[in-house]
Amino acid sequence: MTDWPILSVLIWLPIAVGAVLLALGERAVAAGRWIALLGSLATFALSLPLWTGFDLTTATMQFVEHREWINAFNASYHLGVDGFAMPLVVLTTFITPFVVLAGWTAIENKQTQYYAAFLILEGLMVGVFAALDALLFYVFWEAMLIPMFIIIGIWGGPRRVYATIKFFLYTFLGSVFMLVALIYMYLKSGSFEIAAFQGMTLTLDEQILIFIAFLLAFAVKVPMWPVHTWLPDAHVEAPTGGSVILAAIMLKMGGYGFLRFSLPIAPDASRELDWLMISLSLIAVVYIGFVALVQQDMKKLIAYSSIAHMGFVTLGSFLMWDIVRATGSTQGAAMGLDGAMVQMISHGLISGAMFLGVGVMYDRVHSREISAYGGVVNKMPIFAAFFVLFSMANSGLPATSGFVGEFLVILAAFRADFWYAFLAAMTLILGAAYTLWLVKRVIFGNVTNDHVAHVEDVNSREFIMMAILAVAVLALGLWPAPLLEVMKPSVEHLVQHVMTSKLPLPL
Amino acid sequence: MSANFNFVVAYPEIFVLSAACVILLVDLFVSDKQRVVTFLLSLLSLVIAALITVRYGVTERVLAFNGTFVADPMGNVLKLSTYGATALSLLYAREYLARRGLLKGEYFVLVLFAMLGVMVMISAASLLTIYLGVELLSLSLYGLVAFDRDNGVAAESAMKYFVLGAIASGMLLYGMSVIYGVTGTLELSQIANRIPSIGVHSLGLAFGLAFLVVGVAFKFGAVPFHMWVPDVYHGSPTAITLFVGSAPKIASFALAMRLLVDGMGGMVEQWRPMLIVLAVLSMAIGNVVAIAQSNIKRMLAYSTISHVGFILLGVLAGTVQGYQAAMFYTLTYVLTAVGSFGVILLLSRQGFESDAIDDFKGLAKKSPWFAAVMAMLIFSTAGVPPFVGFTAKLAVIQSVIGIGYTWLAGVAVFFSVIGAYYYIRVVKVMYFDAPIDNGQIEAGSALRIVLSLNGLAVLVLGLLPGALLDLCIRSIS
Repeated sequence: MTDWPILSVLIWLPIAVGAVLLALGERAVAAGRWIALLGSLATFALSLPLWTGFDLTTATMQFVEHREWINAFNASYHLGVDGFAMPLVVLTTFITPFVVLAGWTAIENKQTQYYAAFLILEGLMVGVFAALDALLFYVFWEAMLIPMFIIIGIWGGPRRVYATIKFFLYTFLGSVFMLVALIYMYLKSGSFEIAAFQGMTLTLDEQILIFIAFLLAFAVKVPMWPVHTWLPDAHVEAPTGGSVILAAIMLKMGGYGFLRFSLPIAPDASRELDWLMISLSLIAVVYIGFVALVQQDMKKLIAYSSIAHMGFVTLGSFLMWDIVRATGSTQGAAMGLDGAMVQMISHGLISGAMFLGVGVMYDRVHSREISAYGGVVNKMPIFAAFFVLFSMANSGLPATSGFVGEFLVILAAFRADFWYAFLAAMTLILGAAYTLWLVKRVIFGNVTNDHVAHVEDVNSREFIMMAILAVAVLALGLWPAPLLEVMKPSVEHLVQHVMTSKLPLPL
Repeated sequence: MSANFNFVVAYPEIFVLSAACVILLVDLFVSDKQRVVTFLLSLLSLVIAALITVRYGVTERVLAFNGTFVADPMGNVLKLSTYGATALSLLYAREYLARRGLLKGEYFVLVLFAMLGVMVMISAASLLTIYLGVELLSLSLYGLVAFDRDNGVAAESAMKYFVLGAIASGMLLYGMSVIYGVTGTLELSQIANRIPSIGVHSLGLAFGLAFLVVGVAFKFGAVPFHMWVPDVYHGSPTAITLFVGSAPKIASFALAMRLLVDGMGGMVEQWRPMLIVLAVLSMAIGNVVAIAQSNIKRMLAYSTISHVGFILLGVLAGTVQGYQAAMFYTLTYVLTAVGSFGVILLLSRQGFESDAIDDFKGLAKKSPWFAAVMAMLIFSTAGVPPFVGFTAKLAVIQSVIGIGYTWLAGVAVFFSVIGAYYYIRVVKVMYFDAPIDNGQIEAGSALRIVLSLNGLAVLVLGLLPGALLDLCIRSIS
């Protein structure tokens, strides 16, 4: 434990750096780049004490900060992290420097604004994961839309305006109903503390309505089938950095929301509706897997693969009741949640790396079409090695982080129901099929066109980015124990909490 | 009832009346070039009025003029906000009017008289006082809308405003006379006292109430009594639109509070369903029709209509929390709306009104700072955190859920998502489109500074709304 307000620093430092960059304007592009990089690296460095100082023995909130905020609503500036939030905060601060580096030469107009938007976004995202007050959470959650809206809209591809408005309205529509649910619970419990929401008794009808309100918000963010359609558009049109942040961090907010809000606040509704969640997740895994197979656009393919992978997160989160029904004990119930959490972190690294890889190619060839490539390995051997590694991880190859999460979820699914596991395991085939087919068409084969014939291999900046991510993907795949240890008390606490009914006692 | 007149509580009104008359006279001796004198005198009188209001502010309800005039903490806060809104209107309007040769002494006098009308409505304790305030405000506004008298569009919208406003005043007066006939008194507190003995199901009361609600809805511009709003907003010179959209909204809120809560508070079960219909229709029509607008003044007019729906949501809750929320909403809405019109004024110049949404294209390139200010104002209007519009919506929705109308909260947030579409379209043209107009911003530094502060206020109040919320809570209890 440390004395200084580490979480506040992680939220406000990037925002402050972003404000400085905005004030600098276009006068100092080169300096702005370095300020942004140093700012994001400093934030990452400052987030490391979260990991090193983390108490592995408790599920209570750590690094807590509590200040008055809006007394009229009994809402407070209350921050803290547990085993769910801490890895996600560190993932956020870890990914942001890559985003700055990815835009180093690719962004040609309004560079400082570009970096400023990402740094402000970083602070807000940390805020989402660290907020322990529901109103504070909501403010960060919604405020995040503004920089992302701007990022896709200004620096995106040809259909960027359509994509960004769709993105904004979809997520806005999803979250306003969550606001209604939060206010409803505030009026019942008298405060906006998430802990108070988790502790209060609610009838099944209330829980189901609250669950549905949360589902609208989180399902859009994850995104779950059938509200996923904004994601391919947003990904395709977003600049590389935007895609990386979207895939690596923003999608995780939906999964985090289920763990922080839906499950603990409405456990009985979650139990009643787990069939719905499991069905939607399996549809995402299988159907979206097939959709990914036929994509012509690299970014779209990875976007659909993200949806399929996030299906594992929601599947793992809602398996526990079926496990308890099938095995009669809560022992194995935690495995699904473990898998979901690992999958989130791992997907953050892998999808970020995949989008960076596509960005590296796009910067050279200026096309996202798979057919525009072929034989990249002949011209860019180092890049090809990294890209193949990330693709393998994306298809869940053992020894990469992609394997650990998927394996845990499939194993948990086996305990629940054979057919769940059967359908979930389809991803091993489908994921391999669409990813490896992508690799075959893009990386291998003969050089088919002039664009590819004249590309140069990765420069040192790109090499460093890809190497660090490769190390992270392999490390998490070979030795996931540290991450599992961090999560363990929180996961166990959540399972215990969720298995206890919150229904009012019969009179 | 106290027989004494208790002039002290009416000092602000008396002062503003005298100041308006003095300015009218002084302006006769001021040439067009020296009109800054009138401008400064008007601002000075606003400052003095504020000082008087603070100095003689009351901490509890005080009646005066034989029970026809009331001073209370809510009135104090509303009056101070009115001075603020008026001062902003004057500051924003000066350059625009001067460039168009409209900066006449009558402008300042009409604005001050309109403000006096607002103040009288805020402090009304009897039906007659309310009517006096309504007419003083309305007549001044008709004059202001027609201020650019050679402009056909402005004259037309003034005419529409006048005819429809006269009908609404007639409705209001008719409702008042029915209430007077049934209760036998003009004093709001007496009406409130007599309602229980007459019975809330009295046909006469319900009949009168319906007309009062129509009058209030018209002054607010709530659907289906909104027809005048887009035309007046569109037709008036932008500087006048800005004023029409500011202080009179505070007056409408005061009107609703005095008539429906102070007077007819016992009949909340009767007027709540009426307001629900008005609120839902306003949010629906306002937000949906705004999408189709290409003129930003018209778009903001429909946006106002939808915001009125939100204010009515707070009022119809019929609880103290609801009134506080509605008041917070009104004040922050006025602050945001004034800023949005201020940006239009900032961009306009001789021969260029900058009132088409396309005129905002590429503003982020021309002026990153004012594009950011406009974006903050627009996101606040859309209710996106961390701006103050979100806090206001939160407070109102909370009061609606508090009385068990969760479905109504669902409707409200649904329409605010529809509203988000046309708001972010403005951000879209500012940030994503290339400029089509290459003119530079000509506005002077006073306008720039005030506008910047206005934009920042929307952000700061959104991050730390505590003080203003507490003020609203303390003033209504």
